Amino acid sequence: MNVLFFKTTLVLYFLGTFLFLVHLASKKALLSRLSLLATATGFFFHTIALLTRMMEGGPIPLTNFYDAMSFFSWALVLTFLLVEYRYRILILGSFILPLAFLSLISAAAVPRQIQSLNPMWQNVWVLIHVSLTILGLVAFTVAFVVGVMYLIQERLLKSKRFNSLYNELPSLDLLDDFNRKAVILGFPLLTLGMITGAILSENIFQAYASFQPVETLTLMTWLFYLAMLHGRLTVGWRAKKAAYLAVLGFISVMLTVGVNFISKGPHAF
Amino acid sequence: MEIIVVGLSHNTAPIEIREKLTFSDHQLREGLAHLLCYSGVREGLILSTCNRVEVYAVVEHAQEGFQQLQQFLVNHGAGAGPELTAEGITKSLYFYSDEDAIRHVLRVTSSLDSMMVGEPQILGQVKEAFEAALHQKATGVVLNKLFKKAISVAKRVRSETRIAENAVSISFAAVELAKKIFGGLEDEEVLLLGAGEMAELAVRHLQSAGIRNLMITTRTYHNAVELAKQFGGVPIHFEDFPRHLGSADIVLCSTGAAHPVIQYDHVAQAIQRRKNRPIFLIDISVPRNIDPQVHKIDNVYLYDIDDLQSVVDANLSERQREALHAEEIVDEEIGSVQRWLKSLEVVPTITALRKRADEIRTSELSRIRSKLAQLPPKEQEWVESLASSIVNKLLHHPLVVLKNEANSSNGSLYIEAVRRLFHLDEGSPQIESLPGDAAPEAPSEEKPVEED
Repeated sequence: MNVLFFKTTLVLYFLGTFLFLVHLASKKALLSRLSLLATATGFFFHTIALLTRMMEGGPIPLTNFYDAMSFFSWALVLTFLLVEYRYRILILGSFILPLAFLSLISAAAVPRQIQSLNPMWQNVWVLIHVSLTILGLVAFTVAFVVGVMYLIQERLLKSKRFNSLYNELPSLDLLDDFNRKAVILGFPLLTLGMITGAILSENIFQAYASFQPVETLTLMTWLFYLAMLHGRLTVGWRAKKAAYLAVLGFISVMLTVGVNFISKGPHAF
Repeated sequence: MEIIVVGLSHNTAPIEIREKLTFSDHQLREGLAHLLCYSGVREGLILSTCNRVEVYAVVEHAQEGFQQLQQFLVNHGAGAGPELTAEGITKSLYFYSDEDAIRHVLRVTSSLDSMMVGEPQILGQVKEAFEAALHQKATGVVLNKLFKKAISVAKRVRSETRIAENAVSISFAAVELAKKIFGGLEDEEVLLLGAGEMAELAVRHLQSAGIRNLMITTRTYHNAVELAKQFGGVPIHFEDFPRHLGSADIVLCSTGAAHPVIQYDHVAQAIQRRKNRPIFLIDISVPRNIDPQVHKIDNVYLYDIDDLQSVVDANLSERQREALHAEEIVDEEIGSVQRWLKSLEVVPTITALRKRADEIRTSELSRIRSKLAQLPPKEQEWVESLASSIVNKLLHHPLVVLKNEANSSNGSLYIEAVRRLFHLDEGSPQIESLPGDAAPEAPSEEKPVEED
């Protein structure tokens, strides 16, 4: 049953992505409304898909790549819908939706069976650890997206090309503000994710950390964002510099997630 | 009944004619009263702006109406002075009726016929003209509907196209750029260097966009104090301005100097002190007063007068493109106005038809009143209800067809036919003579035709 919902979501996100990208080229008002409609409907089905999945698989649905990416994509779209509702920045969809679609289709590419888990993972702390970390990643993804938007808008302003993209993109100030908020929100989420991870590790392996590559990389990413926050507050790492840093931070996040594929251990998918 | 418009605008008449032909408030009131005195003019409205003078009317016959409205404008022109000849006015006039008149109202109100396409004032001017006519009771059902429609179409054009979205003047372009950098402008601080008409205009625009904090400096401190008083800003000594660059988010430069006043180092230091907060520099002086190299510094955005002019040019051509969308909307809406006008004609026809049938029924009943009186009351009631049920049954189908056909292309034909068959355009006294015989026949003839 939830496969059907999942596929419907996939189709709708694809449609939303497609329409949002077309909207970048031609700016018909109808097109933007349609893309938003496709996204919102997709989100509805996605929510149902997640709920039915939860009922099938028990209370801990986030322990494989399929579920993790699906949840990531869901939270990303939710964030977009909330921001769009509050600030009316439709063009954000042209950047967020492709990412949401890509993460969902990558989820579709892997086996989706709910594995009979080792009982040691059937722990509510696992769910908390994973979901906090994923929400943190969502926030950093948003920081990345608005960073990219900032850099585009900055380039357009500098080169004095006042095209339709320039008209659609919001002000530099707003984008920088979103960047700041996203990092300020993402950082404590990641921190809590790491703390719960350490507690889990202590419970299961009797050690707070085992210094696998993923843990080391996560720690580096965490330090990077800590430095970014600190720099903004003290020496003025804002505006263009902050946008670059958000892009760099996202690359570091991607590396960390990517390492999960090649490594073995509790974080391997 | 037809809608017509006669008038002249910047497209057809030079300013010398337009300025003389405009109506003052007082003349407008008199003019409206005068307009309705013409026979055949049922409703009227006068739109007078600096770019156009137009008279709208609902008349019996378009051709006759055109002549009357032309005469009206010529008379008004004659009152304005001897230089304005009848020939001069007539040469510049345009005449539209029906669909063309409806299209004209919608285009004018939507600012598609304006000198600066998309300018916002015309909508307000049309509203005022409409209210004035309404106040004088010069408009009726048709013009009321037409102008309400025009106003709503204008709003639709505004919201569905970008016709009025972007700045088409240099100082507005500067404000829009500032908004693209800073978002809201409430907390931003402006530094004005020098003076000049364009700089002052830009300051006014910035202030109406939300700017509250303004620093002003000129070569002579006295002038700065004067300007500061005028704009509600803070005067600054000219030699101190580099120090204040650090707190200024927006810098407007318009001094008459022959060499750059704001140097690369000034801005580089300012941006350091600002901890990378962006700074927006507008150089509206020729020759330029800000070293163009400062644009290369990160988070510094420098625009000169040519840059702003290119924004304006791009926006103007964008408006032209959006105007095409707007024309499509207008075309769509013309249809809906026309459908309404047609149904308007069928409604009085139906009322007249009902009234005629009722008159026949009551007159026939009163003719046999004395004979009826011999019947018992119960049976009198039966006869009376029989009469009204025959009338209703007979009229039912023609009325249904009439309502349905009103919006078809043959609508006016049906209405015309019904009016002639039932003698609806003649006065009622003739009931006894001709219609007494014709009326029962006409429906019986028409019925089989309709049912086929």
